[in-house]
Amino acid sequence: MKHFKNLSAPYVVWALIFIVVSLFMVIFYAFTGETGQFTTQHFVRFFSGSTLGTLFQSLKIALISTVICLIIGYPLAYIIAMSTSGRYRATAIMLIVIPMWMNFLLRTYAWVTILSKNGILNSLLRMVGLGPLDILYTDWAVVLGMVYNFLPFMILPIYTVLEKMDQGLIEAAADLGCNKVLTFVKVIFPLSLPGVVSGVAMVFIPAISTFEITALLGGNKTNLIGNVIEQQFTVTGDWHYGSAISVVLMLFLLVSLFFTDREERDKVHASASDMVDTHQDVAFPETNQQEVHYD
Amino acid sequence: MTLQIELKNINKAFDDHPVLVDLNLGIEEDEFLTLLGPSGCGKTTILRLIGGFETPDSGSIIFEGRDITHLPPYLRPVNTLFQQYALFPHLNVYENIAFGLRIKKIQEAEIKKRVGEMLNLVNLRGFDKRRVESLSGGQQQRIAMARALVNRPEVLLLDEPLGALDLKLRKDMQVELKRIQQETGITFIFVTHDQEEALTLSDRIVVLNEGVIQQIGTPIGIYNEPSNAYVADFVGESNIIEGVMHRDYDVTFSNHRFVCVDVGFKTDEKVDVVIRPEDVEIVSPQEGMLTGRVLSCLFLGVHYEMRIDTGNEVYLAHSTIARDVGDTVGIRVIPDNIHVMRKG
Ligand SMILES: Nc1ncnc2c1ncn2[C@@H]1O[C@H](COP(=O)(O)OP(=O)(O)OP(=O)(O)O)[C@@H](O)[C@H]1O
Ligand SMILES: [Mg+2]
Repeated sequence: MKHFKNLSAPYVVWALIFIVVSLFMVIFYAFTGETGQFTTQHFVRFFSGSTLGTLFQSLKIALISTVICLIIGYPLAYIIAMSTSGRYRATAIMLIVIPMWMNFLLRTYAWVTILSKNGILNSLLRMVGLGPLDILYTDWAVVLGMVYNFLPFMILPIYTVLEKMDQGLIEAAADLGCNKVLTFVKVIFPLSLPGVVSGVAMVFIPAISTFEITALLGGNKTNLIGNVIEQQFTVTGDWHYGSAISVVLMLFLLVSLFFTDREERDKVHASASDMVDTHQDVAFPETNQQEVHYD
Repeated sequence: MTLQIELKNINKAFDDHPVLVDLNLGIEEDEFLTLLGPSGCGKTTILRLIGGFETPDSGSIIFEGRDITHLPPYLRPVNTLFQQYALFPHLNVYENIAFGLRIKKIQEAEIKKRVGEMLNLVNLRGFDKRRVESLSGGQQQRIAMARALVNRPEVLLLDEPLGALDLKLRKDMQVELKRIQQETGITFIFVTHDQEEALTLSDRIVVLNEGVIQQIGTPIGIYNEPSNAYVADFVGESNIIEGVMHRDYDVTFSNHRFVCVDVGFKTDEKVDVVIRPEDVEIVSPQEGMLTGRVLSCLFLGVHYEMRIDTGNEVYLAHSTIARDVGDTVGIRVIPDNIHVMRKG
C-alpha cells in the first residue's frame, strides 16, 4: 500500500479544492452579510421563520421514505441473498441496478406521465372500474419518487452484508436449537445491522436534501428544505441565507449519524459503493458536501 | 455398551458423484469414535448427516431407536463443534456460550451457573465479557467447545476441531478433549485425517476411503491387525510387499520363504504382506533372513529410521542403533509380525 501513497496526491488536491474549500466557502457565506461582515442573522432568521417548519416537513417525508425503503428493501435483499443460485443473484442485482443507469431526471419525470390525471395509472384503474387517483403533486408522489429512486441504495448494502454472511454461523444457530425464525432474529438480523445502518444513511441523506424530486412530482404544493436552498441560489439570489440553511442541514445530519457505529458502516460502505458507482450520476451537489463532512 | 446411533445403508451423492456408498455404522453410547480417512473421503458428510445439515439420498439414521433421518438440526439431541468454530461475532464470550440455553428458555440463574461451569471446564475463567474476535485460535476453539457442551448434548460431533492449531497447542487440546469426554460422558464423534491423533484419542476408529468403511476397531486392533493394505498404509507407517501364500503358515516374499501365523488362503494365492517398520529387526548379514544395503539413516528423536535396499524392495526399519549408509545388514522378522492380507 505504501507504494501507492504518492499516486494519491492528485486525489488529495482534488479533494482539497472541491470538498474542503467549497465547504469553507459555504460556511463563510453562512456567517457573513452583504458587505462581508460577520453575522449570525441568517441563523436567527432561520430559527424564527417558516423555514424551520419546512425542515421538519422534509424530515418527516425523508423518514417516511427511508422506512418504506427499509420495509421493501430488506426482504428483497434477503430473498436475493439467500438464493443458492449465483446466476439468479447476479441477475436480480442487475435488474435493481440497471434503472439507475438511466438519467435521474428522466426516470423521475416518467412518473409524472404515469401518475397524471389521464396517465397510465389512472387508465388502468379506470379499466377495472376504480379511481381516479389524484396523487401527482402531493406529498405521496414525492415519497413515491424518493422510494423509487433511492430503494437500490437500501437494497445493495443490506444485500452485500447478507450475501457475505458466514453460512457456518447460520448452521451453528440451527445446531444450537434455532428454527428458521429464531435463526433470523438471533443471528442473521443482528449481523446485518451494519448494512441496514448504511442503507438508512444512504437513503435518508439524499432524501432530506433532494429538490429535483419535489420539483417534478410535488409541483408547487410541496416545498422541502432542498427546494428552499435551491431557491435562495437560483431565484432569490441570497447566497448567504442559502448557505446558512445548508450548514444547519449539515449539522443536523452530522448529529443524526454520530450515533451509528462508524467503523462498521465504513466497511459495508466500501463494498457497497463498488456496486453503486451510479451514486455519482445521481448528482446531488449538496449531499456530496455532507458526506465528506460526516465521514 | 448400548447402540446409540445407527447409520443404515446410507447413500449420498453430490452432483451425481457418489460420496458415501451403502454405509453402515453403529455408534455406541459414551464412546469416543473417530472417523479417519484422507481428504474428500466423506468424513464431514457423515457428520453433517448426523447433525441434520444433509439428508441421505437413501438409507436411514436411527437415534436411540428413533428414525431421525428427516429431523431438522434444531430438533436433534446432538451438537456440533465446527471446524471454523463459527462463534457469533456480535455476541461476547458469555452470550456465545449461553446461546443454546437462551433458545431453550432456561432460567437466567441456571444459565449463569452452567456458563460458569463451562468456562471452568475449558479453563477460561474470567473471559465472560471478551469479544470473540479478541481471542486466540485455541481460546476460540475452547469457547466453541463450551458453547456446544453447555447444552448437555447426548452426542457431540467434532469436525477436525484441532486442525487450525499449531502442534504444541494441538497436543494440549488433545489431552483436554479426552479429559472433557471422560468427565462429561458424552459420545464424541470425532473427525480427523491425522492418524496419530486418532490412535491417541479414540475408543474406536473407523477408517474410511472414498466413502467406504475399510475397518472399524480399537486403535490397537487397527494398528496391529489392519484388515487390508490400505488401512495398514494409512494408519502408521508400513512396509507393504507383494508375496505368495503357499499354504497356511507359509509365505514367500522378497525371494525368501517365511513362517507366518496366517491361515485360510487359497493355495499359492497372491497376497500383500504388511510389516511395521519397528518389526523389521536389523541384525548381522549372517543372521538375517534377507540382506540389504543401508540407503539412508535418519535420527528421529527416539529411534533411527533406515531405508534398506534388499535388491527387490526397499524396507523401512526403525531401530535404536544407527548403521552407516552403505553397510550391508541382515533383516529378520518374527512370524507374529508378518501380516498377510488378501489383495484389495
Ligand atoms: N455441498 C457439496 N456439494 C458438492 N460436493 C460436495 C459437497 N460437500 C461435499 N462434497 C464432496 O463430497 C466429497 C466428500 O466431502 P467431505 O467434505 O465429506 O470430505 P472430508 O472427508 O470431510 O474431507 P476433508 O478431510 O478434506 O475435510 C468431496 O469430494 C467433496 O467435494
Ligand atoms: Mg471435512
